[in-house]
Amino acid sequence: MKELKVEATIENLAKVFMFLQESLENCDVPPKVKRQIKLCVEEIYMNITHYAYNPRTGPARIGIDVLNGDQPARVVISFADEGKPYDPLSRQDPDTEADLDARPIGGLGIYLVKTTMDSVAYEHKNGQNVLTIEKDIAPDNK
Amino acid sequence: MNFEKTNGGSTLTVELIGEVDSMNTPELEEKLIKEIDGVTELIFDLKSLEYISSAGLRVLLTMQKTMKSQGSMVIRNTNEEVMEIFKVTGFVRLLNLV
Repeated sequence: MKELKVEATIENLAKVFMFLQESLENCDVPPKVKRQIKLCVEEIYMNITHYAYNPRTGPARIGIDVLNGDQPARVVISFADEGKPYDPLSRQDPDTEADLDARPIGGLGIYLVKTTMDSVAYEHKNGQNVLTIEKDIAPDNK
Repeated sequence: MNFEKTNGGSTLTVELIGEVDSMNTPELEEKLIKEIDGVTELIFDLKSLEYISSAGLRVLLTMQKTMKSQGSMVIRNTNEEVMEIFKVTGFVRLLNLV
């Protein structure tokens, strides 16, 4: 598993993207799946920068595993922070049928994660929030 | 991103290029707030947009709400990847995609 530890700031999203790109560059991941994974990494990381340590900041750790032995192969990414215990999956999904006036501006990030990943799980352990996402990387993954 | 004003300043065309993410949306938002006064027709051209995260979606939604009372807003040239995100989030119902 490859791991990156950064201070959870918006500016460090560039480092996180770089780390993701490096971790997946020798893997046969279709461009569409790569884009979906990148989107989810941004959403979860930004969630940490906004909420975990607010109004201060603190560390975020991201681990990336590519499980080539599995059928289909999978990418497993975990995000850990030492901030306030918070399960982002407990947040109510936005009402995607609502009309313009009733649509709040926020709440889309985690919803995108839930709908594009194959598995999303939260746990609070050893004083840390740990969110783990998994995506199958079969070439025909829709 | 490219900003172009026409029709004596009443039409604003914004071309989103490459990636719209959490790092560059503050700049996009700032520019829009500065330019939106007096605009009655706002056009977003997405033909060169490769990636948009929820930060960018929030800007589109905010502008759609603003333009509802100020004029009209249309989104042009949405590609397949971005359309998929508009579908999942229900934005296809909220935005005027042409």
